[in-house]
Amino acid sequence: MSPVWYAARLGVRRGWTELRQTFTSGQDLFGYALWTALLMIPLFLAGDDPLKGAGISAGAFMLPSMVGMTLAFTGVMTTAQLLATEREDGTLLRAKAVPHGMVGLLVGKVIMVSGTALVSMALPFVAGLFLVDGVAQQGGGALLTLVWVIPLGLLATLPLGAILGSLINSPRTIGLLTLPVMGLVMISGIYFPLSKLPEWLQIIGQIFPVYWLGLGLRAALLPAGAVTAEVGESWRHLETAGALSAWAIVGLLLAPSVLRRMARRESGAAMAERYRKAMQRVV
Amino acid sequence: MTTTHAVSGVESSPPPDSDTVIDVRDLRMRYRTQEVLKGVDFTARRGEVVVLLGPNGAGKTTTIEILEGFRMRSAGDVTVLGTDPARGDERWRARLGIVLQSWRDHGKWRVRELLAHLGAYYAPYSTAQVQRPWDIDELLAAVGLTEQADKRISTLSGGQRRRLDVAVGIVGRPELLFLDEPTTGLDPEARNEFHDLVRGLANESTTVLLTTHDLAEAEKLADRILILAGGRIVADGSAEELSRRISAEATVRWTRDGQPYEESTAEPTRFVRRLFEEYGDAIGGLEVRRASLEDTYLTMVRELEAGKVPGEQAAHAFGSREEAR
Repeated sequence: MSPVWYAARLGVRRGWTELRQTFTSGQDLFGYALWTALLMIPLFLAGDDPLKGAGISAGAFMLPSMVGMTLAFTGVMTTAQLLATEREDGTLLRAKAVPHGMVGLLVGKVIMVSGTALVSMALPFVAGLFLVDGVAQQGGGALLTLVWVIPLGLLATLPLGAILGSLINSPRTIGLLTLPVMGLVMISGIYFPLSKLPEWLQIIGQIFPVYWLGLGLRAALLPAGAVTAEVGESWRHLETAGALSAWAIVGLLLAPSVLRRMARRESGAAMAERYRKAMQRVV
Repeated sequence: MTTTHAVSGVESSPPPDSDTVIDVRDLRMRYRTQEVLKGVDFTARRGEVVVLLGPNGAGKTTTIEILEGFRMRSAGDVTVLGTDPARGDERWRARLGIVLQSWRDHGKWRVRELLAHLGAYYAPYSTAQVQRPWDIDELLAAVGLTEQADKRISTLSGGQRRRLDVAVGIVGRPELLFLDEPTTGLDPEARNEFHDLVRGLANESTTVLLTTHDLAEAEKLADRILILAGGRIVADGSAEELSRRISAEATVRWTRDGQPYEESTAEPTRFVRRLFEEYGDAIGGLEVRRASLEDTYLTMVRELEAGKVPGEQAAHAFGSREEAR
């Protein structure tokens, strides 16, 4: 086995270890619980209102959409956040000091973030099923959609997160992204159908993966009749696959060189400088 | 110190013998307009503990990072374990150990878990002579973390964390170990244990290059001390050699009938014998003191700052260096 493959296998183990750690750390458990609770709020508030002409409730529309949004959010933001944090605290430098350590680190991160995304999607989904009717009842072929939408979604979002995490200079910068991200969610057809927005906003919304992941999850989990609430009254599988693939290709093309550039500039001196700055903030 | 290679520049000197682990010639580093390293030369042999001293900002960390392959140099020839660090591959990297100052990385990992994980990356580079990685239980015992093996790293004390840093640095059984200010923040006892550990590694023919601000530590650990100041190595030798270079004289202090006396002399032994021959029992409180490493260091750095560069380095600095750029 080549050393690179060997390091990749160590990375898989690393990913599992770190995923397991999220279930035993109070902070991470709180994170899972908080996210689930936040997503339940709109279901409580407007869950039973009927969605006009679609034959489902607003809650039924929101639940799969929010699960899709969770995937996009975890894939991009968590990856970026972890990368920025691990650059600051020296995890990355340690990986650099070990033969093929960066391979292990990145493979580990992919496993860990993917696992976190799946857990973060499953928890609100299961909780939501108790609050709304009409979700995940048709089964069969529709559910198969998940088999390609979720992996493709991860492929589209993780590299974006890696690029973002490499470009920002501190994990605290991630906080600044919260507002634009919330804006993006509003125009991505998560809480109400995209068709209710002015056409120019619809077009912008359809550029980003959040919309397509929401659509993909709705296609898998909502009854066939609910398609009337969608743009063009279609689940648009082909367009979903196309849009997510496009993001995946762009991300996978750019991420390696951006990551390499970031890793190359990483040194003990750079880390010591960040440590000094962080300590100043604390004091 | 050799000056022969200072003139060569183009045609490099004979290849370093197999015992040379680090070979640095005319290393230069420039950040924008500021030249931090202005022609650093030194070598380190197998099993040597070399301590790099110097004032803040002298370029100690820069030098170490260039040797580690983490930073590209502006000019000069550098060979580490027979390879140019700028082109070092992962096979080369597996033979290096780097002790990083941890902060809060891997806080959720347990001590044994992290050492086993990081150690595993070295397994493909195990050879008949060097079994890699280090057995984790032995390693834990060597750095004194056996009791903390199953603790979360975030719960370790500062001293325990530094010991973990050292363990991570040596888990791959490196032939060459870099330590950048490894004992900062350690209490005297932990510092002592750490010194024993480093000496033990050197006895197993690991070469060690470390930087420190602690002159007593340098004196205790170093086979050889390098003083880096003003972008050059201004002194290279054992603590004793350095002291002798600065002042050939020792200070003798004594009391005679309760009165204190002090005298500087190049031959303290003879001086003291005469003292006793002359006054016998009237002499008390005898003390013979050579310049300490601290005196030496401070004198050298002060001279350098006053522009009084030692002759050899001056030739070095104003010689045929322009062409090297």
